[in-house]
Amino acid sequence: MKSYIVQAIRLTVVLTILLCILYPAFIAFAGKFSNGNGNGETISLNGKVVGYANLAQKFDKPKYFWGRPSAVQYNAAGSAGSNKGPTNPDYLKEVNNRVDTLLKYHPYLKRNDIPADLVTASGSGLDPDISLNAALIQVKRVAQVRNLDEQKLNDLIAAQTEKPLWGLFGPGARVNVLKLNVALDQMK
Amino acid sequence: MNTELLGIVASFIITLLIAIPLGKYLAKTFAGEKVWTDFLKPIENAIFKLSGINPAKPMDWKQFLKAMMTINILWLVYGFFVLLYQDKLPLNPDGNPGMTADLAFNTIISFVVNCNLQHYSGESGATYLTQHFIFMFLHFTSCATGIAAAIAVFKAFRDKTTADVGNFWMYFVRSITRLLLPISAIIALILAFNGTPSSYAGKDKIITVQGDTVNVSRGPAAPMIAIKHLGTNGGGWFGANSAHPLENPNYLTNMVEIIAQFIIPVAMILAFGYFINRKKLGWIIFGVMMVGTLMFMVPTIIGEVSGNPMIAKMGISQPTGSMEGKEVRFGPMATGYWSTLTTVTSTGSVNGMHDSMVPLSGLWQLLAMMINGFFGGCGVGILNYLVYLIIAVFISGLMVGRTPEFLGHKVEAREVKIAALITLLSPFLIMAGTALSSYMFVHHGNADWAVKPSSWLNNPGYHGFSEMLYEYTSANANNGSGFEGLGDNNIFWNVSTGIVLLFGRFLPIIGPVAIAGLLGKKKYVPESAGTLRIDTVTFGIMTFAVILVLNALSYFPALALGPIAEHFSMK
Repeated sequence: MKSYIVQAIRLTVVLTILLCILYPAFIAFAGKFSNGNGNGETISLNGKVVGYANLAQKFDKPKYFWGRPSAVQYNAAGSAGSNKGPTNPDYLKEVNNRVDTLLKYHPYLKRNDIPADLVTASGSGLDPDISLNAALIQVKRVAQVRNLDEQKLNDLIAAQTEKPLWGLFGPGARVNVLKLNVALDQMK
Repeated sequence: MNTELLGIVASFIITLLIAIPLGKYLAKTFAGEKVWTDFLKPIENAIFKLSGINPAKPMDWKQFLKAMMTINILWLVYGFFVLLYQDKLPLNPDGNPGMTADLAFNTIISFVVNCNLQHYSGESGATYLTQHFIFMFLHFTSCATGIAAAIAVFKAFRDKTTADVGNFWMYFVRSITRLLLPISAIIALILAFNGTPSSYAGKDKIITVQGDTVNVSRGPAAPMIAIKHLGTNGGGWFGANSAHPLENPNYLTNMVEIIAQFIIPVAMILAFGYFINRKKLGWIIFGVMMVGTLMFMVPTIIGEVSGNPMIAKMGISQPTGSMEGKEVRFGPMATGYWSTLTTVTSTGSVNGMHDSMVPLSGLWQLLAMMINGFFGGCGVGILNYLVYLIIAVFISGLMVGRTPEFLGHKVEAREVKIAALITLLSPFLIMAGTALSSYMFVHHGNADWAVKPSSWLNNPGYHGFSEMLYEYTSANANNGSGFEGLGDNNIFWNVSTGIVLLFGRFLPIIGPVAIAGLLGKKKYVPESAGTLRIDTVTFGIMTFAVILVLNALSYFPALALGPIAEHFSMK
């Protein structure tokens, strides 16, 4: 029994060096050669970092495309879904309020034009994407506020639309909201 | 074909393409035959030498379990204190606080037992030191512990009559050097080059396009996320687990992570067949488990793709299915596929929030964890299944009026008693826990804890009950996923699930190892025409029926109060 204790302690020390120091150090070193140098990929606008490519941020001004609701108010120092159950009456009321808000800002929409992803909170609270439909229904509003041609915005969205992995796997027809808005701000 | 469906079909095919050769490789590696990774032997020898271990020393099943429990208890004690004082230790760039005693108790047990319930959030509740030196360390070692225990059982059945189940340290270290570490490194590199942070930089402060100031949590997550999946651990770097866009940045990483968490459970089943020279048995077990898994997976995916009926009633269109708690880049199919695999194996990582899925998806997740024998966790999956096999052999024996035999050994009262106790343990822990928490919720709503019982639940009614049921089910199955709306960081949940975790882990390991040790010592009876053959489809169906009947009898009443009632309450 005593020998097991000594062996266990020594093995724990040896494995700690291998698994907790050497292994992550190797990955950290290799990661330096990735986009963002292992710190996470950032997006810049006019030479200033304005966000992380993979992380949602708050867009609620009428001149921008809006992303999905967030249970953590887009706080990237935390993350969570709403964890609201599908039949929770308070939750359903909240979704209904979001629908009403959307209809207020987009008077040209009917309820069934609104795709669910735009009125439901994402799993992480930081989902960077919206579905293509969710972007398209916002075009008219953004075009009016910015005094732009709708077709130009549709083209911009088309250019920003992401495809399935290798054209084969997973959902396509989605748009990264931050990238879209940065491209929008860069438009002449 | 629709690209979402193609994505999950491809994930499944790739899993098999990796797991089948991996199963053969594992069987050979642990049998001590020549394999191409033998060039790693000097490293293993160095590890043994530095630790003062003689890996060739035989162990009987009692010595084996003693060695295993000794090192596991060591990690419990050492880890508890590191978590308690993590704020005073280095590698804490975000200045996160130490854990409370009850949270540290729950967390350390949870990681030692390969569960990872995580009543804290990684961004604010853990330091880089604890994430690596405790959590990631235990991701490797808890998985290796499970594999070692399974190999001991394999050996006892292969060697016909023997007292020697093999050396614990040997199996344990080899699982890490020959399997977990090399594959983790590959996965971690894929993640790091797809957007998962790998550097030690702390929080970043940015000013967004609209001018808000936001802090962004980062850290060396890539190496941990790799082993968290490969080792069926599931405890993530960030609070939102693999739904978090830095932990799981795109569909490629999503495929890699879901494949990673399924290859070892599948490979271990096949390895069992190869190791004991009954290839067919391995495939029959695989077949039973796969049928069980599909039984949960197909309705889950259909339910999630169809969307939430309550949202549909509002007149909102759900072209991408039920989206609450899901991420657009994965879609409902990949999330449904993941939610099934993460609950049949004991991973418990999530790429979408289970609490927000439609009621019947919750039913399938709960059932998968209650059965806990379709694939299951690293190593322990096959051990759980072994218990079901013994019960099935016993019942079949009674039906045909013969002494039950298992792999050439007579199964007698002692072994059946152990198997029966292990089978009864799960419903006892889950039901007693849920009953107790329901009682506290109803009668002691104002108890002075960090979260008052009256505000435990994030959802009212049947769904609230499901949140409590899910937590104990997940703890007992050492799964680690949750209906995360539950306010579980308080002394009641931390302590009660901590205890369930310990029993739910170690008894189902000790039981099967003891059965194998006891059977292994008995005289080998060669198979004859009168033997009940267990490597047949008929016996596979028999086992499947036993599993369903046992679990339906145990859990139907509780499930009827939770997800089933919720489903029928939606009109």
